[in-house]
Order: sequence, then structure tokens, then C-alpha cells
Amino acid sequence: MSTLTQDTVSPAPASPIDKPNTMRAVKDKLATVAVYTAFLIAVIPLVWILYTVISKGAGALLNPEWWTNSQRGITARTVGGGAYHAIIGTLIQAAITAVIAVPIGVFTAIYLVEYGRGKLARAVSFMVDILTGVPSIVAALFIYTLWVTTFGFERVAFAVCLALVLLMIPVVVRSTEEMLKLVPNELREASYALGVPKWKTIMKVVLPTAFSGIVTGVLLGLARVMGETAPLLILGPPSKAINMNPFEGFMAALPTMINGERDQVVQAAYDRYWGAALTLIILVMALNIAGRLISRFNKVSR
Amino acid sequence: MSTITGHSELDAEPSGDKASTGRRGDRIFGGLATGSGIFVVVLVIAVGGFLLSQAVPALLKNDANFLFDRVWEVNDSGMRFGIPDLLYVTVVSSLMAMIIAVPIAVLVALFLTQYAPKRLASPAAYLVDLLAAVPSIVYGIWGFYVFRPYTTGFQDWLAEHFGWTVLLEGPVSLGTVFLASIVLAIMILPIITAISREVFAQTPSTHKEGALALGATRWEMIRTAVIPFGTPGVISASMLGLGRALGETVAVMIIVGTNPGIFRFSLFAGGETFASKIANNSAEFGSSSKVGAFIAAGLMLFILTFLVNAAARVIIERRKAFSE
Amino acid sequence: MAQRIDVKDLNVYYSAFKAVEGVSMSVDPRTVTAFIGPSGCGKSTFLRTLNRMHEVIPGGRVEGSVQLNGRDLYGKDVDPVAVRRTVGMVFQRPNPFPTMSIFDNVAAGMRLNGEKNKKVLQERVEKSLRGANLWNEVKDRLAKPGAGLSGGQQQRLCIARAIAVQPQVLLMDEPCSALDPISTMAIEDLINELKTEFTIVIVTHNMQQAARVSDRTAFFNLAATGKPGKLIEINDTDKIFSNPAEKATEDYISGRFG
Repeated sequence: MSTLTQDTVSPAPASPIDKPNTMRAVKDKLATVAVYTAFLIAVIPLVWILYTVISKGAGALLNPEWWTNSQRGITARTVGGGAYHAIIGTLIQAAITAVIAVPIGVFTAIYLVEYGRGKLARAVSFMVDILTGVPSIVAALFIYTLWVTTFGFERVAFAVCLALVLLMIPVVVRSTEEMLKLVPNELREASYALGVPKWKTIMKVVLPTAFSGIVTGVLLGLARVMGETAPLLILGPPSKAINMNPFEGFMAALPTMINGERDQVVQAAYDRYWGAALTLIILVMALNIAGRLISRFNKVSR
Repeated sequence: MSTITGHSELDAEPSGDKASTGRRGDRIFGGLATGSGIFVVVLVIAVGGFLLSQAVPALLKNDANFLFDRVWEVNDSGMRFGIPDLLYVTVVSSLMAMIIAVPIAVLVALFLTQYAPKRLASPAAYLVDLLAAVPSIVYGIWGFYVFRPYTTGFQDWLAEHFGWTVLLEGPVSLGTVFLASIVLAIMILPIITAISREVFAQTPSTHKEGALALGATRWEMIRTAVIPFGTPGVISASMLGLGRALGETVAVMIIVGTNPGIFRFSLFAGGETFASKIANNSAEFGSSSKVGAFIAAGLMLFILTFLVNAAARVIIERRKAFSE
Repeated sequence: MAQRIDVKDLNVYYSAFKAVEGVSMSVDPRTVTAFIGPSGCGKSTFLRTLNRMHEVIPGGRVEGSVQLNGRDLYGKDVDPVAVRRTVGMVFQRPNPFPTMSIFDNVAAGMRLNGEKNKKVLQERVEKSLRGANLWNEVKDRLAKPGAGLSGGQQQRLCIARAIAVQPQVLLMDEPCSALDPISTMAIEDLINELKTEFTIVIVTHNMQQAARVSDRTAFFNLAATGKPGKLIEINDTDKIFSNPAEKATEDYISGRFG
């Protein structure tokens, strides 16, 4: 075998295809095993978490009150109440965030793909990357310094939304940018050749072509910000009652509902925070899966 | 910063653009797009600027050395705060998370691009991506209430046998930096995997075939062709993961922040990171008199993540320059 | 150490699609055999079955037998990796490993085979580079990246890399199609020298090239698109070009189609 080929010229074996090198074959097998194992290791937490949340949280969700009632007047020890206030709070905050972040994100992406050249474009692209990496707690602190210390406003749900906007913009920019880049140049040129101005070309030709991809990006972005807790801790103290006004009073949200009850050791609170966790995961996963499905559908149609 | 030079160029932009006619619709639309771009730049600068402006007064009132003193006493009578302990726990937990996550992420990326049968590869990739969709607070409660009991035996064993190293010294606290690192590793796994997967998939098939034709086994082909090609991408992916870990708040807060106790260098101690310190004290944000210290800590975190992310970006750019 | 190849009734598939049908041929040691034929006739696909590179493509499989000195390459206990070490290959586009130096590129295959002795490596790298007519051009910059060479030099580097593992057969898949005429001549000269040591099979689009470098020529053709490619005839090169047995061969080499 080729184990000892120390002589200056290693002789070619007579019929080398009969003699696979065992050491190398073993290494190859080991690598295969390692690679498959790594994948299993990566999937275990996902399965485990989903199992945990479903098994511990499903009970709360099966009670119809969960979807209709708030926690008003309910202490940690008492059973009952629902998550309606938190669900509606999370949805309202997500909606406001999207309304602000999507136009800015989409227009920034349009700038980067359709207009941007030179230093400013590079600066914008760099800053989008930096924004992607800004921790949610830093975004929250920034809005705090702006909203509370500079303007002197109270901490309200709208301030939370502003912090979430910061986190959502880069997701929307990057996914929209990807989609716009995929729109073939011939389409734009065909439109210009018909005498259509650039802005109408973008509005009527480029954006519709990229539309489903942009929707995917928005849904994934929403999925990310809905699960954020840090901005809520700093800017949106929890509430047990229903409040639909983002500019006044405290508004509940699912992450703060979990956080508020998680260190209680009584069964009632335990059921509630796992229930809230399951509700949150369902919302986030639904958005996530919807986003992926749309992008897959989009691929087929191309 | 670079925007100032960017502005002058901006004015020249629309006129140089042949497709834009000078009509009003184009001017408005182009303006909106450019405005959004500038807004993003201004936003990031404002984040740094505002944090700095609020941190400075607090730092001036600080009776301790911010960078070197290991105290954190912020109350109405005065402020003494320093960050070395926070910095230590932040960096150590994130680095540990990276050490755990990167090898697994690279192997998973290799699985998805080089090993998994085609039909299985994309649903498998999606499963890993779903890990990123789990909210961090869920990671926190799962990590602390469900996962922790399974790790205590292992942690005790490590502390017993390797306790002589400072890092693994016992006793093992309830929520440890060690446990936080594992959970952080799970949380950053999807992003590192996703980017590594992308670069591995781009390995030119000519390079792979070149290696195979020399009689390389699949693993040797990966080592000769795929990994060298993907290394810069993996490095920048790891940096992005590190950035995520540094700034992760709630999961860390739930796991290590439960009872920080007396500071120890051991991984088996509790502790506070920049982010978890701020979040743990979120009650203070009701009155703005004491928040300056936390904003100073937030500023440090911002600078730290900025540097890490900028470095990742530079590496990616350089790789692009190479491959084109 | 050159060896003979015997192919019997070989069918080649991409999943369900039969790309090549019923090929039987023999290749003698220390000869150059050229495969010619129109695009899509399966000559490259067939070439890749001779070192089991075909099965690298998902869904790629074969029926029939390919024997190397009487041993079936597709036998049950045969390791495809060992086959590829024995039957080297040079590709259409030069593909030096971009992250490796010239030296490391040539040494790559030997290192894979566990050769760690520096002296042996150095000797064999020099011998291979000389064998590929590249030594004089690169001996002063062995530590520079291989990607910095010209296209023709890169292709000779790839040939050096292939012969450094001391294969018994060398397959070349249109090795000159990405090169300029001068580099092409250099490679053709090299093929003439290499055949004293190796059995060489070369796929080419260029009939003059086939005529210049090969001892025997095989003509492949396909009845229609979507139909499998077939071996039409194989014979001594001068026979094929002067007096082919088949009408299709004559039409092809006289430029009437393809």
C-alpha cells in the first residue's frame, strides 16, 4: 500500500485501481458522517423549541378566552384571561412599523439599483450593512435619546415602532435590492424606447416585475421585528389592558407579556407565558413561511 | 463623514443620467429615492451622534474611570460606572458562541451544498433558516427553563475536572455564561450557515472537477477546491454572526442576568453583557436622570458592533474584487 | 506504465436520458486517440466515463463495461477515486486552483496521495513541469499564484498537475478550445511528447488538430437532437481522413455538416 513511499521515486503500483487507500477512504467517510451529524445537531434545537412551545403553550391557546380577553385585573396567580391585548398590540406595532419602513426601504433600494453611482451610493450601501448589524437594544436607546430625552415625549408604542423601523429598513432594502437587480435591463430599455420616462418605467415595469420578491422581503422583515423584545423593554412598558392608541399610554405586546410572567413560578403564569410564546411563534412563522412561499411561487413564474 | 463629499456628487447625478428626462415626475421620484438613501446614511450617523451626545454628560459626571474601573453604582446620590466586566462577559460569551457555531455552520453549509441530495437540499436549508425566525425571547425562556437542566451535569463535570483553568472554575451558577454561549451559538448558526452556503455553492465546478480528476475523494475535493474558495466568505459570515452575538439582548438577559452575583472570570459564573445590563435596568428608563450611564454602555456596544460589521463588509468586498 | 482501454457496449445516461449508446472500442497503450464529431454528439460525455468523472454529475450513470488492462473500471469493488488517480484528465478551460501557487498546483495531486517528502515533491514537480514544457517559463516564480499565468501556460500547468500523479492514461477534453493558435501549437507538441509515456485520448472540435496529433480517430454522431450519440467509426487517423468507411464520416470531415 502507499503507506510507506519514502523512496525517492514512488513506484506506481501494478494495478492501482485495485488498491484504494484505506486511510483516505476512512477520512472521507468520517467527513461524511461529521457533515450529516452537524446538520442533525443544527436541526435538534429547532425541533426541540417547537416541541416545547407547542406542548407547553397549546393548552392556553385552546381556551377561546385567549383570543378575546385581555389580562386586565388578572394577577399572576389567577387562571384565565387572554392574550388579545398583546396580540393586537403586536399587530398594531408591526403595521405601523411596516407603513414607515417599507417606503423608505423600497425607495432606498430603488436609489441603490436605479440611481445610485459613486460615493453616495457606496456610503448608502455601507450604512445599510451597518444598520443590519445594529443591535435592537442600541436602536431602542437611540430612539429613547431622541423621543424621550430630546423631545421630552412619554414612552409610547409609537416610539417602539420607530426603533423597529430602524431594524426593518435594512431587511427591506436588501431584499428589494436583490429583486430589482434581477429585473433584466432589456425590460427597462424596452420601456425607455417607447418614450416612457424613467420614473414611470420604474413604477410600471420594474417594481411590478419585482413585486412578489419585495413582498417576501417585507414579510421576512416583519417577522424579524415582531419578535423583538429589547425595544419594548426600553420604550414600551407592558400593559395588561387593551390599548389601541399608539400615542398614548402603554400598549401590550406578546414579547413583553412573556417577559412579564416568565419569572413567576405559579402554573397560571407558566401557562400564560408559554401560550404567549406559542402565539408569537405562530405569528412569526406564518409570516416567514408566507414570505418563502411567495418567493418560491415567484421563481416558478419566471 | 463620507456624506459630505457625497452631496456634491449628488447634484451632478440626475443630469448625467441619460434615462431621466428633466420632467417633474422624474425629479420628484429621483429625489424621493435619493432622499431615502441619504436618510439611511443620516440615520446611522444620528444613532452614533445621539448616543454620544447623551453619553458625554453622564461620562463627565462619572466619578469612576469608564474604561477601567470595575464598578457600576448608578443612583441618585452619584454615578460611578465602568465597563471592563461588561466588556469581558460580552466578548467572551460572543467568542465562545462563535467557536461553537462556526465549525457546525461550515459543516452544515457543506452538507447543504456538497452532500445533500438535490431534492433534499432546499427544504433542509429552509429548516436551518427557520432557526433565525424563532424570537430571541423564546430562545431565552427555552434556554433557561428547558435546556439548562440538561447542561448542568456537563457543566459540573467540566468544572470538576478542568476547574484549575480560570475559565472553567467552579462553582457553577444557575444561569452561566457557558449556557448563554451555547444558546447564542444556536441563534447565530443560521446566518453563518446561510452566507457560507452561498459562497460554497459558488465554487466553480471546474475547480471541483479539477480536484476530482486528480483522484481526490469528496472530502479532499472539498478541502482543495471548496474551502479555499469559500474562506473569505466564511470569515465575514462569522464576523456577522459575532456582531449578532455581541448585541443579543433578551436571551442573554434571561439566561445570565438572573442572578449575576459577584463577578468571576469563569464561564460558569453569571454575568452581564452590555445589552443585558441595559435591558436588566430597563425600569430605570422611566426617569431619564440615570440613563446616561446605560446609554454610554449602549454607545460602546454600538461601536463594537460597528467595527465588527465594518470588518466583515471589508472582507466581503475584497473577496468580490478577487473573484471578478 | 501506459495501459490499454477496452470499452464494450457502453450506454451513458443523464438520469433517464440516454446520451450515448452502444460504444465499443479499444485504445492501445502509447497512442493518441482523437474523438471528433458535431456538438452534442456525446464525445465529451463518453470521454468522462473513461475515468468515472461522468458520475460526478447528479443522475449520471453508465451501462456496459470499460476495462483498463483487463480490469473493469465499473466493477463492484473498484473505487472511483482510485480510477481517477490512474486515469488523469485535462479540461476544456484551464482550471488551476486559484488559491494555490504554481508549485502547489502541481503538487496538489501528490499531496492528496500522501506524499509529504519535500525532496520527492520538488523533484516530481520539476519533472512534471518539464514534461509539460513549462519549467523554463515558471522556474523563477514557482511560489506565485497559478492564476497569474497566460491561458496557454495555465493549460500546461494543468497538464503538469495531471501527469504529476503519474497516471497511466491521460484524457483531454478539448484542451485547446480556449487557447490562441500559438499556445495550441505548444500543447500539440506536448501531446506528441507525452504519448511516449501515456495513453492519450483527446476530444477536439478541430479536425486539423485531430489529424496532426492523433494516431487513431473516432467519429461520433447523433441521428437527431434528443437521440443518443453513437460511435460511427474508429480507425487509423490517415484512413479516417483519406478514406472513411462511412458516408457520415466523409460528410463531416469534408465540412458538409457539423
